[in-house]
Amino acid sequence: MSLLPAIPIVLLVLPLAACAGGVLDPQGPIADANAKILLNALEIMLAIVVPTILAALIFAWWFRASNTRATYMPDWVYSGRIEIIVWAIPLLVILFLGGVIWIGAHQLDPFRPIESQTKPMQVQVVSLDWKWLFLYPDQGIAAVNELVIPAATPVHFSLTSASVMNMFFVPQLGSMIATMNGMVTQLHLQADQPGEFYGQSAQFSGDGFSDMNFTVRALPQDAFEAWVAGTRGSGPALDRAAYLALARQSRNVRPFTYPAVDPGLFQAIASQELPPGPGPQAGAGDVTVRPVPER
Amino acid sequence: MLGKLTWDAIPWDQPIPLVAGSVVALVILAVVAWIVLAGHLPYLWREWITSVDHKRIGVMYVLLGLVMLLRGFIDAVMMRSQQALAFHAAGYLPPEHYDQIFSAHGTIMIFFAAMPLMIGLMNLVVPLQLGVRDVAFPTLNSTSFWLTATGALLVNISLVVGEFARTGWLAYPPLSELPYSPGVGVDYYVWALLISGVGTLMTGINFVTTILKIRAPGMSYMRMSMFCWTALASNLLIVAAFPILTATLLMLTLDRYLGFHFFTNEAGGNMMMFINLIWAWGHPEVYILVLPAFGIYSEVISTFSSKPLFGYRSMVVATMFICLVSFMVWLHHFFTMGAGADVNAFFGISTSIIAVGTGVKVYNWMFTMYGGRIRFATPMLWSVGFIVTFVLGGMTGVLLAVPPADFQLHNSLFLVAHFHNVIIGGVLFAGFAGLTYWFPKAFGFRLAESWGKAAFWLSLLGFYVTFVPLYVAGLLGMTRRLQHYEVAAWRPWVVVAGIGIVVMVGALACQVIQLIVSIRRRGELRDVTGDPWDGRSLEWATASPPPAFNFAVLPEVHGEEPYWGIKRRAIATQQLAAEPRYAAIEIPRNSPTGFITAFFSTITGFAFIWHIWWLAAAGLIAAYAVFVWFAWRDVEELVVPAEDVARLDRARRQAREAWLAAHAGAGEPA
Amino acid sequence: MSATEVLPRASAPDPYRLGRRGGLAGGAGGRSLATGHGEGGPASKRVIVGFGFWIFLLSDIVMFSAFFAAHAVLQPATGDGPHGRDIFNPVSIAVETAVLLASSFTCGLSAVATEARSQLWTQVCLFVTGLLGLCFVVLEANDFATMIAQGAGPQRSAFLSSFFAVVGLHGMHVSAGLLWLGTMMAQVFVKGFRDNILRRLICFNLFWHALDIIWVALFTVVYLIGAGR
Repeated sequence: MSLLPAIPIVLLVLPLAACAGGVLDPQGPIADANAKILLNALEIMLAIVVPTILAALIFAWWFRASNTRATYMPDWVYSGRIEIIVWAIPLLVILFLGGVIWIGAHQLDPFRPIESQTKPMQVQVVSLDWKWLFLYPDQGIAAVNELVIPAATPVHFSLTSASVMNMFFVPQLGSMIATMNGMVTQLHLQADQPGEFYGQSAQFSGDGFSDMNFTVRALPQDAFEAWVAGTRGSGPALDRAAYLALARQSRNVRPFTYPAVDPGLFQAIASQELPPGPGPQAGAGDVTVRPVPER
Repeated sequence: MLGKLTWDAIPWDQPIPLVAGSVVALVILAVVAWIVLAGHLPYLWREWITSVDHKRIGVMYVLLGLVMLLRGFIDAVMMRSQQALAFHAAGYLPPEHYDQIFSAHGTIMIFFAAMPLMIGLMNLVVPLQLGVRDVAFPTLNSTSFWLTATGALLVNISLVVGEFARTGWLAYPPLSELPYSPGVGVDYYVWALLISGVGTLMTGINFVTTILKIRAPGMSYMRMSMFCWTALASNLLIVAAFPILTATLLMLTLDRYLGFHFFTNEAGGNMMMFINLIWAWGHPEVYILVLPAFGIYSEVISTFSSKPLFGYRSMVVATMFICLVSFMVWLHHFFTMGAGADVNAFFGISTSIIAVGTGVKVYNWMFTMYGGRIRFATPMLWSVGFIVTFVLGGMTGVLLAVPPADFQLHNSLFLVAHFHNVIIGGVLFAGFAGLTYWFPKAFGFRLAESWGKAAFWLSLLGFYVTFVPLYVAGLLGMTRRLQHYEVAAWRPWVVVAGIGIVVMVGALACQVIQLIVSIRRRGELRDVTGDPWDGRSLEWATASPPPAFNFAVLPEVHGEEPYWGIKRRAIATQQLAAEPRYAAIEIPRNSPTGFITAFFSTITGFAFIWHIWWLAAAGLIAAYAVFVWFAWRDVEELVVPAEDVARLDRARRQAREAWLAAHAGAGEPA
Repeated sequence: MSATEVLPRASAPDPYRLGRRGGLAGGAGGRSLATGHGEGGPASKRVIVGFGFWIFLLSDIVMFSAFFAAHAVLQPATGDGPHGRDIFNPVSIAVETAVLLASSFTCGLSAVATEARSQLWTQVCLFVTGLLGLCFVVLEANDFATMIAQGAGPQRSAFLSSFFAVVGLHGMHVSAGLLWLGTMMAQVFVKGFRDNILRRLICFNLFWHALDIIWVALFTVVYLIGAGR
């Protein structure tokens, strides 16, 4: 039976996948720990799954009707020994995996800070339709669709949404976390080395969702400070009026920065003091029939 | 007067739905015209539309499921091709349209393809396997089917009148609330599911009552077939879970129609509560789908291995274990919503535990094959393909149950590949296995084997070529539901997946050809005795197709595999059991109630969607009136006279006597 | 590879050797002629209909549970709107409770009358049941109207949304029950105490009493506990 064996494909392909950026190419301690747990769990499962699949194929082939050498046992329907084994194997695996799950879920909870000598940097994140706003409360600046952070420094994210649910996700740096209006979630990530990483939203949020990706740039500390200083140079400040304009639905927003930020802005967004962003305003015909997103 | 409905509702500006809709409308018109002009309408009305016979209803469910599978599959082809084209490009589907397509794909595949397929097979087979004449509430059964069809109809109408939801198949708020989805799309979604949900709930009630209260004499619980056990577990889940879906959708409806604040951003609404409620339904739902599939595999594997099912008792325990634990895992669908480590860990562990039940089942199937004499007819091919594919899919599921892994893979194409792995490998393969296995019972002739086998191999190949690349893309960081993307590393995988879907098109073509060829060659493919596969359960004791009353006399059940015992005795003694005394049989009368209720439900649903309040009220009143009118009829049963019963049963016995004579001294069948 | 297991003894008619004691249904089910249990064969229509209706009631209770759960979550979400204790009218609620419980009692009386096959008393008791049910609905609608007039309508806050929904859902069930009641009275009048009419009356009784039970839960969770917050 020349069934296309999927296991070799998966095994062949995984190392290929590790070569490019992604979950198996971690660039920070969180992503690294997550990837390790994923691979550990995979190894444990493969140890069961591969023999099972092979056994199934072997049984199916050996006991085919045309094989006269195989013994036909038409009344063999129960075996205590087999019963114990088929319940025990999955149970043992699950016990082991349960330990991995308990420990891993606690150690890698997004709300848990990264242990480090370096003092963590604060970034506040707001997901809008359909772009990302990054506020730097300590530096007093903000950026849209581009996240610049210092390398080898833990970053503490506080996240909320201006409108609908989104999911902040930088695959190479680590875990994703939801953003929701009226609530603040927390995340801790760190980029070990300078580099550029891909970031996106992992929760579908509407017609402009595919544009909700952003670049994460990890810079050496001095380069980061130079970037911050450069941002203070030009452009309008992010006050409440500017925020409300930004909160209107728009797509394909090129990255830009704000030299100054209203200090209470994030709190006002998170507490709903500033109302949630508006939805579509135009429709093909009527917006209450078939709304059409902003171009 | 007509609410929000105007000519602008038709998507004049979008050529694809316009053309697709026109083609479908023309085809439907042509079919209806042919039916009416060729005089088939009275037959169709009498024998199918108003039928309350579980066998007819089962066939209609399967037909609905297959047609909607085709529709959902076309959506899938559009999605894969759009993604294959849309690297640094806009593709051919603008986001407003693409978003509707993936939302419709998910909604249709779960609610109107997979559910009807499984429910249809349960309808056809369970009463026969229980050795009884019909389900507990036959007219309710008909109503269930037609209400499901109403839901499917509403979803399809949205293609050409208005729009469908653009929120994904579970319509998370606040995106699905009025501010962010002011159009009619979410309303179509909500009403289609509310109406069909009522139908499904009634099916659940019907089958739980049937399996627990209506079985042939002597059939204790531990003598029921495995398919009946999984049908019981699945329907218990329907009864327990579908009301949650109804409640949650009602809450969303109240938000959208009357300005309530269950899930809105403002005034204290809680979007997280929607997610908890909807997945409290959503997780049991996937077990509602997969448990009957497991039952089908139990039947097929034991029949084609010429061996009883191994470990029947532990299979029963595993089934009920899965049934129970499926209610304790729902949070694994949103580990990334920030519930905290203790909660995440609890649900991760409970999710792994449920894999134990499934593992036990897989081993029992393997040991059923062990020591058997396996015939690789098409249903058995699907089953072996299932074991390999489903085990892989289950494995990736256990990986996703580990919260840190899920923190990297949630909502990625890895997740998409996982659930397609288990649903296609589990439910769809079972649907095709069951279809091929029970087709002769329903229609009296088998399906052409060679085309069936071709469909299997192409499906298997197509599945792996489509979804293994998606696992890789997910590991590379690609999230789901993207209408376009700019990451070069993802492109080759997405393109290969696009090739895979072409292979699946080939598989689909084989299925269609198989049907056409089989109908053409039905003479030579005829199932004369009613037992084409050397079956072991009671449905094979009847003729193919069975008469309306199923059994002339309800069988007395003396052990497991009741029909196997009967058959062995007949072969050993070279004669059938003595002819029974034939008596008149009462069967339920046909009723148009189901069809008419669904008709008015369609009108009511459509009216609510378009805010045509007077029409909605009229529809509700009419539906109630139908109910009262049905409740008023005096004669509920039809009597089949003893002579007809005798004639039909004697024909069945004759065919079997001929088989016995032809195989005299042959001993055990090959 | 060869099969190394020991072959079992020759073909037994019952390879699992189960069902010795009548299967899972318990010892009694095996030998008795009781239908609908274990090996007894199909149950009677009355049992089937009653059982099916119970399953329906259980599913309805699940639906109510979802609304109860939503209310539990949203009870604190009063926003700038009133709390429960600000708007609940204890007198009205007490009267509604009394009226509904009384209607359950008269419904029970109608069941007794049906057992005695008395057309007159069945209709009288059903009528009184309906009247009391109608009182309940009118009182509740009045409560709702008052609250809305005070600016405490369901659009005001999530708490009020969930309150109106869970209490309103119960009220809609009572209203649907009244429609059903009217239909049953007509059917009993026209067709008498036929088997199928009797089965439907049993279902109606079950429904009406279930609504009472749900009201007790509602009253406790929404009004008593809610007003205490």
